[in-house]
Amino acid sequence: MVSTIAIYAVLYASLAVFVVASIVRAAGYARLPLHLRWEIYPVPHEEKGRAAHGGSYFEMKDWWTQPAKFNRSGELKAMLAEMLFLKGLWEFKKKTWYRSYPFHLGLYLLFGATALLFSSAFLWIVAPRSWAAGPGIVLHGACVILGPAGIGLTLAGAAGLLLQRLTDADLKPYTTPADIFNLLFFIVAAGFLAAGYLWRGKGSFSAFALARGLLTFDAGLRVPALFGFGLVLGALLVAYIPLTHMSHFIAKYFTYHSVRWGDQPNGRGSGIEKRIAEMLTYRPTWAAPHIGADGAKTWAEIAITNPAQGGKK
Amino acid sequence: MRQKIKVADISKTAREPLTHLEGRDLMPLPPPYDGPAGQHDWPPLPAQTLAGCECFLDDTCVVNFPQPKTKQEEDELVGKFLSGLEKLFNRDNNWTFLQPLVLTMEHCTKCQTCSDACHIFEASGRNEIYRPTFRTEIVRRLYFKYVKRGGLLSAWQHGDIQLNWPLVARLLELCYRCNLCRRCAQACPIGADNGLVARELRKVFSQEMGITAKELHEKGSMLQLRVGSSTGMNAAAVRDNMDFIDEDTSERAGIAVKTPWDVEGADILLIHNAGEIVAWPDNPGAFALLLNAAGISWTLSSELAGYDSINYGVFYDDAQFARVAIKHAEAARKLKVKKIVLGECGHAHKALTLIADRVLTGDLNIPRESSLTLLRDIVTSGRIRFDPARNDFPVTLHDPCNLVRLMGVVEPQREILRKLCPQFREMEPHGVMNYCCGGGSGFAIISGNNFQDWRFQVSGRKKLLQILTAFEDCLDPSIPKYVCAPCSNCKGQFRDMFTYYGLWEKHRILYGGLVELIVNAMSDVKPGFLEWEWH
Ligand code: SF4
Ligand code: SF4
Repeated sequence: MVSTIAIYAVLYASLAVFVVASIVRAAGYARLPLHLRWEIYPVPHEEKGRAAHGGSYFEMKDWWTQPAKFNRSGELKAMLAEMLFLKGLWEFKKKTWYRSYPFHLGLYLLFGATALLFSSAFLWIVAPRSWAAGPGIVLHGACVILGPAGIGLTLAGAAGLLLQRLTDADLKPYTTPADIFNLLFFIVAAGFLAAGYLWRGKGSFSAFALARGLLTFDAGLRVPALFGFGLVLGALLVAYIPLTHMSHFIAKYFTYHSVRWGDQPNGRGSGIEKRIAEMLTYRPTWAAPHIGADGAKTWAEIAITNPAQGGKK
Repeated sequence: MRQKIKVADISKTAREPLTHLEGRDLMPLPPPYDGPAGQHDWPPLPAQTLAGCECFLDDTCVVNFPQPKTKQEEDELVGKFLSGLEKLFNRDNNWTFLQPLVLTMEHCTKCQTCSDACHIFEASGRNEIYRPTFRTEIVRRLYFKYVKRGGLLSAWQHGDIQLNWPLVARLLELCYRCNLCRRCAQACPIGADNGLVARELRKVFSQEMGITAKELHEKGSMLQLRVGSSTGMNAAAVRDNMDFIDEDTSERAGIAVKTPWDVEGADILLIHNAGEIVAWPDNPGAFALLLNAAGISWTLSSELAGYDSINYGVFYDDAQFARVAIKHAEAARKLKVKKIVLGECGHAHKALTLIADRVLTGDLNIPRESSLTLLRDIVTSGRIRFDPARNDFPVTLHDPCNLVRLMGVVEPQREILRKLCPQFREMEPHGVMNYCCGGGSGFAIISGNNFQDWRFQVSGRKKLLQILTAFEDCLDPSIPKYVCAPCSNCKGQFRDMFTYYGLWEKHRILYGGLVELIVNAMSDVKPGFLEWEWH
């Protein structure tokens, strides 16, 4: 048996690293200055009729006089289709979707099973009678289905992706050792978790007991070694993800909302205009003579000089 | 069999190209272009160019950068490149594109979904150096190694790269092998943008090192900022030319046409790509005729750059881009117009309407819109009588990337064609999923060495295939056909590419703008405004 408290510590620490690292990464991207517009159509929050063919408000004459309509349901639909079904990959690279989708779905299911497990454990602690009256059974049942399905899909998807990386002539040259390591990490962690759970010994231990133990710091719980090892690996993986490019769940928020779909026009006196005004005071140091930057001139000053007429304004 | 090229090969010190383009490796074309008609001898680069310039990427060369004489010179250039690369990731220098660039650097999953979307990669027969991620992967490795100062762990994570002069020299050429059409970015499930990376690289070379394609800089934005237009026309010359166009249009249309100049307080300042005035005068002539007939209050401007909507900075340099955009807005402000309308030019649309939206503030932020919406409203308003029978020939529509995928103006031009052209048919795919004409990002005006061969055989190949397929039921030369391309750069590419493959002689395929088709269908205009002559 591994030390139960040590396992709890690793699990909590990993979760903390995951949360902090994700926040730091997201905050880092959010703090980057407002960029020039660079959208790509279709933009799903466009008015319904236009979104269908990928059109923009620029299709309207005198568009600035028309009330801005933000098609929230269109955007939400596009977001859900991308998040839940990886629609982009389905549309543009089915071969990879067949591997990537089970992998991601497996992770979603595992996440869902974990959330339900902890809800169930929490309910058991605070309201044992209500737990026993029904919700406990339902939550337990859901975990029993989602957990193994999640592990199975993650394993199968990661194995499929690894195989593709190792054999596909398009992917191989761009695959780094870390890419292989990352997929192996998923396979090994999920494998140990599955194996540890299957061979945990009868009646000695359950995922529910672990969740309860984690919430109550129950040092008396005995975690089987194999499963404990799987848990530690899984926890380390969770902490590792936001430190790598696998944190694209964060990046995608920005690439979609701020870049691809970032079509908010700049009106006179608007918040965007204020932000632009600030950025125009930045002082670039580009060295090519035609730019005329010396570290003292602002962007605005540079933009109104004419290098072809001796720097005249 | 072509040798497989690896990312690390970009640093090879041997002064020889990484790849050779053979006709048999390229994407196949349908008959008769699968035989000799489609295969031109690809002239080798001139010996003088090879001896004196850095042309060791493929079998062509855009920038013709002179080879450094000494190792010290090489090292200095590498140092400048590195300093430019660092500035790309610095707020004060590159606030304009920092966020999308950083996201692209840090989050590619190397799934290669983008590769299948790129017409250049596909047309080249999937030549590795044209893969959208090939260029980006080099920059990404440089970013993690030199900008983020990653060590061994970073190299293990992101891959290593050897920075030397051959790498820099090849990257200089490689950033001019992308049309910046961003079809790859549209397909990327993460939202990474390989087109942006090509443009950012061009910026490092231009903004830090002063190295660019001369067609874009000296003969492009600098000429425009000096005399008013990258065609070299000053205000007097452009007015002379327009006078002549007015006369010619009046005669052909049987309706007197007069272009208004510098009308203070007009509703609309129309800005054409001045290339139209020189190369396709029917287009500005047709605009003048139609706007007058519709009773629109409009004017042209003779201010510096006010009569030329070109903004090549959008392809290579943020400062040049902002300067020209400001000149356009100043011309409008001076005339106190209600809005600026962009003529049929894709990059000019995107530059002034959309990208400049976060450069123009205060009274320079004058409303800007597409001429296509204005044309659509004129055509559908009922103010003018049309006879669609005059346009009863096969017409297909090319979607300029900058206007369609990158700006979302998709339907107005289709509404017009559906109303006025009984035999209108789409290319596949079309709309926001279109393919670039192959002339995007400035290629349409770049023709040094044998670059035209590359433009027509590689970057334009997919579009050629689309056009031939759209007209496959009527390729017979007895049937005249029209490719409607509402963009000057695309028309430049079509003019040269159709000539190269003989599309006019073999199939009577003509290209032209949208407004010409509209005027050709006007009942009050003498029949035959559209001249079925090669131009
Ligand atoms: S840029 Fe996007 S599509 Fe291309 S390899 Fe990277 S993640 Fe995949
Ligand atoms: S921007 Fe267009 S040409 Fe450039 S890599 Fe992407 S798809 Fe290819």
